[in-house]
Amino acid sequence: MKEDSLNPPEFTFVQKFLNIHWFLVFFICLTAAIGVAMLYSAANGSFQPWASRQMVRFGVGLLVMMTVALVDVRIWLRFAYVFYGLSLVLLILVEFMGFVGMGAQRWLDLGYFNLQPSELMKIALVLALARYFHGLNMEEVAQPTRLLIPLFMVFAPAALVLRQPDLGTALMLVMASGALFFVAGVRMWKFAVVIISGLVAAPVGWQFLHEYQKQRILTFLNPEVDPLGAGYHIIQSKIALGSGGLIGKGYMQGTQGHLNFLPEMQTDFIFTMLAEEFGLVGGLGLLALYGLLLVFGAIIAMRSNSQFGRLMAMGVSVTFFLYVFINIAMVMGLIPVVGVPLPLVSYGGTAMMTLLIGFGLLIGVWVHRDVTIGRRGGDEV
Amino acid sequence: MNRDVERHKLFNRRSVMLLGGQATLFSALIGRMYYLQVLEAERYKTLADENRINLRLLPPPRGRIIDRFGLPLASNQQNYRVLLIPEDTRDVVATLDSLAEIIAIGSGERRRILRDVKRNRSFVPVTLRENLDWQQVARIEVNAPDLPGVMIDVGQSRNYPFGHDLAHVLGYVAAVSPKDLSGDPLLELPGFRIGKAGVERVHDLALRGSGGSSQVEVNAFGRVIRELQRKEGQPGAEVQLTIDMELQRFTRQRLADESAAVVVLDIHSGDVLAMVSNPSFDPNSFNRGLSLVEWQALVQNPRAPLINKTIAGRYAPGSTFKMCVLLAALEKGVISESSQVFCSGFTELGDARFHCWKKHGHGLLGAEQAIVQSCDVFFYELAKRTGIERIAAMARRLGMGTKLDVDLPGEQAGLVPTPKWKRGALDAPWHQGETLIAGIGQGYLLATPLQLAVMTAQLANGGFIVKPRLTKDIVNEGAAKGDAATKLTSLHLPPRHLEIVRQAMSSVVNSPRGTAYRARIKEPGLEMAGKTGTVQVRRISKAERESGVLKNKDLPWKDRDHALFVGYAPEDNPRYAVAVVVEHGGGGSSKAAPIARDILREAQQRNSARTDMKTARRIPTPPIAGGDEG
Repeated sequence: MKEDSLNPPEFTFVQKFLNIHWFLVFFICLTAAIGVAMLYSAANGSFQPWASRQMVRFGVGLLVMMTVALVDVRIWLRFAYVFYGLSLVLLILVEFMGFVGMGAQRWLDLGYFNLQPSELMKIALVLALARYFHGLNMEEVAQPTRLLIPLFMVFAPAALVLRQPDLGTALMLVMASGALFFVAGVRMWKFAVVIISGLVAAPVGWQFLHEYQKQRILTFLNPEVDPLGAGYHIIQSKIALGSGGLIGKGYMQGTQGHLNFLPEMQTDFIFTMLAEEFGLVGGLGLLALYGLLLVFGAIIAMRSNSQFGRLMAMGVSVTFFLYVFINIAMVMGLIPVVGVPLPLVSYGGTAMMTLLIGFGLLIGVWVHRDVTIGRRGGDEV
Repeated sequence: MNRDVERHKLFNRRSVMLLGGQATLFSALIGRMYYLQVLEAERYKTLADENRINLRLLPPPRGRIIDRFGLPLASNQQNYRVLLIPEDTRDVVATLDSLAEIIAIGSGERRRILRDVKRNRSFVPVTLRENLDWQQVARIEVNAPDLPGVMIDVGQSRNYPFGHDLAHVLGYVAAVSPKDLSGDPLLELPGFRIGKAGVERVHDLALRGSGGSSQVEVNAFGRVIRELQRKEGQPGAEVQLTIDMELQRFTRQRLADESAAVVVLDIHSGDVLAMVSNPSFDPNSFNRGLSLVEWQALVQNPRAPLINKTIAGRYAPGSTFKMCVLLAALEKGVISESSQVFCSGFTELGDARFHCWKKHGHGLLGAEQAIVQSCDVFFYELAKRTGIERIAAMARRLGMGTKLDVDLPGEQAGLVPTPKWKRGALDAPWHQGETLIAGIGQGYLLATPLQLAVMTAQLANGGFIVKPRLTKDIVNEGAAKGDAATKLTSLHLPPRHLEIVRQAMSSVVNSPRGTAYRARIKEPGLEMAGKTGTVQVRRISKAERESGVLKNKDLPWKDRDHALFVGYAPEDNPRYAVAVVVEHGGGGSSKAAPIARDILREAQQRNSARTDMKTARRIPTPPIAGGDEG
């Protein structure tokens, strides 16, 4: 077997295709279908302007996901740093030539579509960290100096994203990385040190937050202070959720959503709308679906025979979890309002594409679960 | 490979821990969801309904005010107004420009409109102009295609068809001021009007009715999506006044531009048939909103058009008070029917000399002639003998010195002076000279024209208390409150005394020596009786008296005498009483009596009581003694 073969002959294309985790694919489609149904309701019973476009995007994303899933994990390993470097360059470019959308500088105009490099970075960082920790044995992981490079890999993009300013994405990058450090075997006490020093540094960091970010945190702490201003979103969202009750007001019967009291119901607050129309039952149903996807993710990670595959799968799974948790906790008033969409359900192409590429990698890990990868990416042990 | 097994184990262990962490956080989400959607669900349901359901008040139509025969005195008029819905126009300014070619829009008005447009959401109609006439409405409608977003709307505004003629009685409605807010949500409706004076104010609650409500579903921008529920309100009640509008209008026309007050009463029921205070104002202008200039003109006018002189004007009754003094004297027994007093033109009390209006005196005369010729010296003597306390008591019995509680705001009590009053109010002892002055109805004595009319009515109806009544009925959607049964209460005046007084009053008008002979009613059966009064408003100095008292026409208006007349008709079977006060009008006989004559003649010819027969039947014919009056 050639050491650097990129498409080893262990599996044929058909075998790989049959090895795809179809159960997972089914649940992904089911979740997306719920999203389309909610977008149809959000437009007062119309496929325009959101539901139909969301369907097309999901269709395209599904193809991308399948393609990614069939690519050999070793190729991802080989190009992990390249992807990471490219994403970092794009993030720097955004700093200089990106355009401002929704109050932050996040987008690059690439002619026929707009690219948001911070979304690419979510994937690239997982790949890069997975590759880095793949190359370390347990003793090396225990050496603090070995952690300097991955820490830099995390904080360089996080700092750039924070400057845009996009607190939500920066936090997601840091937290997903933290989870990867954790499953890679970094000692517990090191996390304790980082968390405590983080708490100490928080007052200093407060100075660097933008006015609107400070405002969001303050509003979160006491939304009733400014019921028509910054607190409006949270208050109206809680009213919508609460008034949904146990079984909800019925599909397309949500008064808060349909009478426009609920802000941005097709994007960040779509969970609120679902919970208003289907009540606690509907909300728990969607949560259960997400839970199922997360359990599948963890099982796939643990089943992989390569540390790279495990870390990549877990990284994707944790990122997915962070999307779900941050969004739902936000609309229920548990955490400040941060612009994080509800995965597979909220309207929007960028997050959808990030997630489906991520799921592609996850399924790829499942497909290549028995492939072992050497320390430097080859087949050596 | 071993090493990988080792770190695979560690990975799995930590992954399970991570999964456990995720499950914990999910539990937090579920707990929160349970809290919001189960434990707090009711509260949030209420909040959601408060969000989307708006209660809109439907203002009830204000009740009409009608006269005793059902003639509308205050009603609601269709008020055509032109509205602009900014979101339906292509360009607000351009639309205003084209509209300005049809109806003039001033620059101030334009600024207000643009300000309103800016202030409200674009689907909220902005009122451009109210009270459009038919021609303007038609022109706007014809040009509608060129005026996108402009629409005509029909509202209701209060209308007083008789304008000035009944202004003081009706009062007016005007915009609600902050101090009027009583918690009735209707008052907070923009453009709502409440009664601010007169009957409109006294019966405001009845006339107002109660508001209906409409529950509408609105979206977050306040746009109405649909009506959920509607509750109709209660229209305002209809108020019927005792006023006979034709007589009222006749009276005001008769007064022309005099500054005067006239009250016409039904002497049995106390119904106020006419109540005119002149000059007057247009109540419609208060509804529209007065300009500062108009307001200043009303307030600064020396003839006080805003004051209802019939109840708020206080005048010395002058010689019209002499009946009261005579009754007090007869009751005390200080004179008899046949007693006579010599008038030399003045009487003396200590150093002071009290003059009769007739310089050289009336000679020897009795009570009847003293009233007929209005001899002052006779009544100085009578007052001296009767004393102020008895005179004051009689004045009070006849209704002076206290409010009569007619249904109008701003009524004055007048003043019946007594030594006790003077000590309290002026901290000075009473002089007997003041008793003499009171004997001819001057000095501190003050009465309102309504009080004079009530006094006269009581003399005419045989000594029964007259409670003046302005509100005949309040009709709440068919259920009439009905006339309150009039209770007859006697003043306990001896019939013979009243007969003497009435005989004298008849002679004032109908005997050639009477002060009002020239103002008698010549039509047989309609004759009136009465008493003139002329009240000095300035002090006549000794020097002037010696050189000859100045004639009224030689004096500036505000120094001229007040002219008074009280009377009733028909003389032989009285039905109507009248009191006329013409401010600075000159002589009671020359100025006030002819006015009273014309009004009483008109009242009898109209027979204001004609539909009132059922009421009349309930009241027993007053026991006017004997047939020896004629």
